[in-house]
Amino acid sequence: MAKVLMIDYEKCTGCRLCELVCSVKHEGVSNPARSRLKIVKWEWEGRYVPMSCQQCESAPCMAVCPVKAISQNEEMGRVEIDYDVCIGCRMCVAICPFGAMGFDTLARKVIKCDFCDGDPQCVRFCETKAIQYVDASVVSIEKQRAAAEKFSGIMRKVAAAIAAV
Amino acid sequence: MALKRKIAYINLTTGEITKEAIPVKMRELYLGGRGIDAYLAYNYINPRGDPLGPGNVALISAGLLGGTLASASARTHVGGKSPLTGFFGSCNMGGFFAPEMRFAGFDHLVIKGRAKKPVYLWIHNGEIEIRDAKNVWGKTIPEAQQAIRDELGDREIKVLTIGPAGEKLVRFANVMTSLKNAGGRTGMGAVLGSKNLKAVAARGTMDIGIAHPQEALDYDKAVITQITSSKVGKVMQTLGTLFIWGATNSTGLVRVRNFQLNQLTDCEDIEAESLEKEMIGTAGCFGCQVHCRGRYFIKDGPYAGTYAEGPEYTSQGAFGGEVDCRDKQTVLLGNHLCNSYGIDILEQGSMVAWAMELYEAGILTNKDTDGLELRFGNTEAVIEMIHRVGRREGLGDILAEGPLRAAAKIGKDSIKYLLHVKGMSPLQSDERTTPALALGLATASRGADHLRSRPAIDLYHLPEPVLRKIYSNPIIYDGPMSSDYRDYVGKPWEVTWQEFCYAVVDSLGICKYHTLFLSPNFPNFDEWSRLIYYNTGLQLSPLDLWRIGERISNMERLFNVREGLTRNHDWLPDQFFDQPAPIGLAHIRGLCLDREKFNKMIDEYYQHHGWDENGVPTPETLKRLGIDKEPSHML
Repeated sequence: MAKVLMIDYEKCTGCRLCELVCSVKHEGVSNPARSRLKIVKWEWEGRYVPMSCQQCESAPCMAVCPVKAISQNEEMGRVEIDYDVCIGCRMCVAICPFGAMGFDTLARKVIKCDFCDGDPQCVRFCETKAIQYVDASVVSIEKQRAAAEKFSGIMRKVAAAIAAV
Repeated sequence: MALKRKIAYINLTTGEITKEAIPVKMRELYLGGRGIDAYLAYNYINPRGDPLGPGNVALISAGLLGGTLASASARTHVGGKSPLTGFFGSCNMGGFFAPEMRFAGFDHLVIKGRAKKPVYLWIHNGEIEIRDAKNVWGKTIPEAQQAIRDELGDREIKVLTIGPAGEKLVRFANVMTSLKNAGGRTGMGAVLGSKNLKAVAARGTMDIGIAHPQEALDYDKAVITQITSSKVGKVMQTLGTLFIWGATNSTGLVRVRNFQLNQLTDCEDIEAESLEKEMIGTAGCFGCQVHCRGRYFIKDGPYAGTYAEGPEYTSQGAFGGEVDCRDKQTVLLGNHLCNSYGIDILEQGSMVAWAMELYEAGILTNKDTDGLELRFGNTEAVIEMIHRVGRREGLGDILAEGPLRAAAKIGKDSIKYLLHVKGMSPLQSDERTTPALALGLATASRGADHLRSRPAIDLYHLPEPVLRKIYSNPIIYDGPMSSDYRDYVGKPWEVTWQEFCYAVVDSLGICKYHTLFLSPNFPNFDEWSRLIYYNTGLQLSPLDLWRIGERISNMERLFNVREGLTRNHDWLPDQFFDQPAPIGLAHIRGLCLDREKFNKMIDEYYQHHGWDENGVPTPETLKRLGIDKEPSHML
């Protein structure tokens, strides 16, 4: 089953090493401007949110492309660009609701996350595991457990308080 | 390419800006960052000038490996002549500024003269402008950064700035970026303030080419794993430097009440485990996986709801141990306020503790403090003095002049209580029982300092063969060594080794927490040699790097000697030799430094450096390092 990027922004420390390794992996240079993912920061609040391509099932970028340069690769679970067909009109950039389709002004081409062909470097380097590469079914299981723990913890506290009365 | 970054010469008096390439030769001799800044300082700052006058030069730089795959190489160096010591001014901060300046095309800024009214520099993709700072001057550290982002319309701009303290020329004002990344020591904030330079803003989208991308990725991963898989690494990831304070306090190696005591008891409230409860997470500097910065909200009082980063060992020391306070809210608030005003927390803590001792001795009275009860343990006074120093009000105005000038102003016997080396205060640790650490304090090129040459691993009581192995790479040391940190034997070589090591670290832009500073198993010369090769293509062996460290060290020494440094400056206050440690663990209680043994250590330290008995680099040493014809104006 195809994997997805699972992002838990509360684990992100805002270090941006993911942006650095992404640009090195894809372009051989260090340049966050050419990274396929970005850490969006609210610096004065301490909130850091990694934003990357969601590899949508019904990708708007795919729908809007006038020359059908964007397609879905079911095996990899990713939305791909055929650069031989792409005309660089950037309608995909305009339509993506996540801002995940970028335009590399140095290479003069649209760029998006491609999971590094199955060995995503951002995942490899993130020590806090704010970004992981997991089976899609795993994502909700983790959240269910976290919510269940909170919920059952509160239930137990309330039960104890009532018993004490 | 990392090697293609430029140097910019900016004259604030005339508005002239020139940009030049940095010859590869300079990289092979000095690397970058602090190393090249030491060279620039010697070549551009005329001796015996006023550090707060237009003749001083502010040097701002990124390390050679800044923004590349070198574990954590995000550091910015700021150099010049220090208004606090009159010697080499030098400070270092993490965060995101230096990499951004590199992405914008520049590694080094040489800022001369003085602007007629407040300005800031705006650096973006190869261009540099001098802009009016009327919307920024007067603002606190975070406000100033946001004001510049708003004015220029880009949230991604990184800003290096001074706070109100730097504007008011507080002699230990710092330079900062983000919320707490501070270039704290030697008062470089006042240098920028004296030039009417509020800030430097940078935004860049240019490539830094990596010489061997796949090797760089794989090796960076290996180095990171080396650090984060260790016990020390894991502790740093959660507790940062806070655990160091508690660990050293438990032995009795922490300064309390301006040297009166060497341990704080019953202080769980300000120890790491207690402070950790206030943290909502940790933050990291650019590219760093140790992410040692705490994040918290201030809960009560007039600043309730304020978000801040930190605190660090120095906050526990300055607002806890040193002033005999045991309240964590004071530590958390003090940290935030100093980071807002732009004041070096370390100097602030030491100056206030000294003032408290003077007050309790009757040398300062209520008249001097405008009614403030400046006693040890008075948390209100600790906080109030931050405001008074930051605003230069009353006694704050005197303390803002730094140790020596404040003592001269206060007069009486105040100087007898002063702890300083070369006019700068030491960290809130107690070195009277640790000769190696004490030697580092006495000889550090920027004054009483724990980051120039501290052999921190000396405290680990490593077996002698292990110590010898570490300290015989890349140059064999066959002198005596001792694994006992109370001993004097072999310590001058340890300090010398660490000094050259940190000179390299600061010139690469690497954070010391990723080096041998914290653990014997952490990266040092061997790893840096490979990191440099994979990222830049430069081939510098561990021995080459050692020589570069030695060269940088000598360059800083030349600068200091030219400014009047003598052997007398490489010494410690009488308290270190005359006041035995009153408390602490049995094996250090009752100990203090021995003048004769310390003097011999200074002799040996000079010998290892190739300096004469006055601490002046000999002609042979300078020739060997290729710096016998300085200033040479290669840059």
